Amino acid sequence: MKKMKKHTKNSFLNYGIIILFFIIFQTLVSTKHISNSLQGQLIPICVYIVMALSLNLVVGISGELSLGHAGFMSVGAFSGVIVSTALKHSVENGALRLLIAVIVGAIIASVAGVIIGIPVLRLRGDYLAIVTLAFGEIIKNFLNVLYVGVDANGIHFSLKDEASLGLDMATGTTIVNGPMGAVGITKISSFFSAILLVLVTLFIIQNMVYSRTGRAIKAIRDNRIAAEACGLNVTKYKLVAFVVSAALAGSAGALYALNYSTVVPKKFDFNTSILILVFVVLGGIGNLTGSIIAAALLTVLPELLRAFSDYRMLVYAIVLILVMLITNNEKARIFTTELKYRLKFKKKQIGNKEVSE
Amino acid sequence: MLSYLINGISLGSVYAIIALGYTMVYGIAKMLNFAHGDVIMVGGYMAYITSSYLGLPYGVAILISIAVCTLLGIFIEKLAYKPLRSATSLAVLITAIGVSYFLQNAALLIWSSNPKSFPNMVNFGTLEFGNIRITSASIITFLSCVVIMVALTLFTNKTKVGKAMKAVSEDKGAAQLMGINVNATISLTFAIGSGLAAIAGVLLCSSYPNLTPTTGSMPGIKAFTAAVFGGIGSIPGAMLGGIILGIIEILSKAYISTELSDAIVFAVLIVILIVKPTGLLGKKVTEKV
Repeated sequence: MKKMKKHTKNSFLNYGIIILFFIIFQTLVSTKHISNSLQGQLIPICVYIVMALSLNLVVGISGELSLGHAGFMSVGAFSGVIVSTALKHSVENGALRLLIAVIVGAIIASVAGVIIGIPVLRLRGDYLAIVTLAFGEIIKNFLNVLYVGVDANGIHFSLKDEASLGLDMATGTTIVNGPMGAVGITKISSFFSAILLVLVTLFIIQNMVYSRTGRAIKAIRDNRIAAEACGLNVTKYKLVAFVVSAALAGSAGALYALNYSTVVPKKFDFNTSILILVFVVLGGIGNLTGSIIAAALLTVLPELLRAFSDYRMLVYAIVLILVMLITNNEKARIFTTELKYRLKFKKKQIGNKEVSE
Repeated sequence: MLSYLINGISLGSVYAIIALGYTMVYGIAKMLNFAHGDVIMVGGYMAYITSSYLGLPYGVAILISIAVCTLLGIFIEKLAYKPLRSATSLAVLITAIGVSYFLQNAALLIWSSNPKSFPNMVNFGTLEFGNIRITSASIITFLSCVVIMVALTLFTNKTKVGKAMKAVSEDKGAAQLMGINVNATISLTFAIGSGLAAIAGVLLCSSYPNLTPTTGSMPGIKAFTAAVFGGIGSIPGAMLGGIILGIIEILSKAYISTELSDAIVFAVLIVILIVKPTGLLGKKVTEKV
C-alpha cells in the first residue's frame, strides 16, 4: 500500500475525532446517559470548535494576532437570525432554512472580513491586534442600536428604536431589538448539523493549509520579506486567510444563534474573542487537533467545575495560568521531547525486530 | 461645549495615566499586560476599604492603595510573567488574561458584585468661571497626569535606573552585558506601572463612583487603545493618545449618541492607524533583511 503522507494522516485523524465524538455523544443522548446541562453544551462545543479552527487559520497559519474574532461571529449570528426569521413562511423546511442562514451568515461575515482586512494589511503585530479588537467593539456597539423587523411589506431597519420600524401591526415581527438582541428565534440548529459544520470547516482549512495557497500563507508568516522577494502577493494571501476565517466564524455564529431563542450582542464581546484565542493558544498555535480538543474541553470545564460553585471561575483562571506556565517551562519541555524520542525509539526497535524475524 | 471639553480632558487624563503604565510595560517587556485594567480595580477597592471600613484619611488611603498595587504588580510579574521570559508573546498574553480573570473573580468573591459607591477623594470644591464649572477632581486628574508624565520622562532620560530601563527595552542581551540587572529593571517597571494604575483607579472612581469587580476592564481596554493611538512605547504619546481619546468619547456622547460613543472612539482609532500605522508619536521602525 502506498504510504500516506503525514499530513493526510493527520487530516483523517481530525475527521475521525469529530465523527467519534458525534457517535459517542449521540448514543449517550439517545440512551439518556447524559446530563441536561452537558447535552445543552453539545452545539456550543461544536460552534467553539469551528471558531477555534478558523481563528487558528489567522493566528497559527497566517501568524497574525486577531482579538476580534467574536465580531465576525456576531455578524454571522445576527444576519443568520434575520434571514431565518424572514424566510419562516416561505421556506418551511428547518434544515434548509438553517443551511441558507449559515451560508448568508458566512457571506456577510466575509464581507466584514474584507472591509476590516484592508486596513489590517497595512499594520503589523500589536497594531493589528488593536484594530481587530476595535472592530469587535464597533460591531457590538452597532448591534446594540440596531432594530430590524419584518412584515408583509418586507424587512425594515432602524437605528433609533422599535417603534420607528413602522411595522404592520397584524403581520409584523421584531427580529432584532437593540440591546435586547435578536428575539423570538425558532431553534433550528441540531447536533448533527453542528457536527457537519465542523467537518466542513476541517475540510476547508485542511485542504487550504496543504495547498499552494496555504504554503504561500505560511511562507509569508515565516519570513514576509523573503516571501515577497519570491514573488508572492503578500496582500492577497493574507486577505484570503483572513476572509476565509471570517466566513467560517460567521457560519458558526449563525448556527450558534439559531440554537437559542434569544441572543444578545453582548454575548459576542471582547471576552468571547479572548476565550477563543485561549482555545487556540492552549491547543497549540497552528495545531488543528489541539484546537479541537482545547475548545471542547474548555467549553465543558466551567460545567465540570460546578462542584467548586462560586470558586469555579477562579479555579478556571488558575488552571489557565498553570497550564501556560507548565507548557512553557524549559524543564517540562525537555522532559516531553525526551519522552517522545524514547517512544519513537522503542517503536523503531520493535519495527526492526519484526523485520529481522 | 467648553465644559464638555473639560470633562473630556479629565477623562482622557485618567486614560493617559493608565496608558502610561501600559506603554512602560510594553516598552520593556514587549508584552500586552491585559491584567493592568484589573490592577486599577484593585487600587480602587483598596482605597475604598481603607477609607470606608478602617476610617483612614483619604491621603493615607491613597498611599496604601498605591503601595498594595505596587507590591501586587511585582508579585504578578515574579509569579506569572518571569517564568515565561523566553516564551512566545502569545503565551505571555494568555497568561496575562489568566491573571486578569483571576483578579476579577477574586474581587468578585471578596467584595461581591454589588457596586460600591466610591467617595470623591479629591473633592476640594468647584471652580466657577461664568457658567462654566470645573470640579476639583478634573483639575487634580489633569495636573497629576501632567506631573506623572513629566516625572516619568525625566526619570527615564536623566536617572541611571531610568536609562537602564531604556537600555533593557532596546536590547536585553546587550543591557545585561553592560552590567544592568535586567530582572530587577523589569520588576521596577511593573512596580511603577501598577502604582500608576492605583492612582488611576482612585481618580477614575472619584469621577465615576461605581466600583465593581469589572470596573477596570473597559478603561483598561480604552487605555490600551490610547497607548496604541499615541504610539505604543512612547511616554508623551500615551498622554496625547489618552487625552484625545477622552475628548472624542465625551464629545460623541454629548453630540452624537451615547450608545455609539465607544464605536466612534474605535473608528477614529482605526482611521488614525490606517493613515499612520505606528500611531501618532510612534517611532518608525525600518526593517532589515
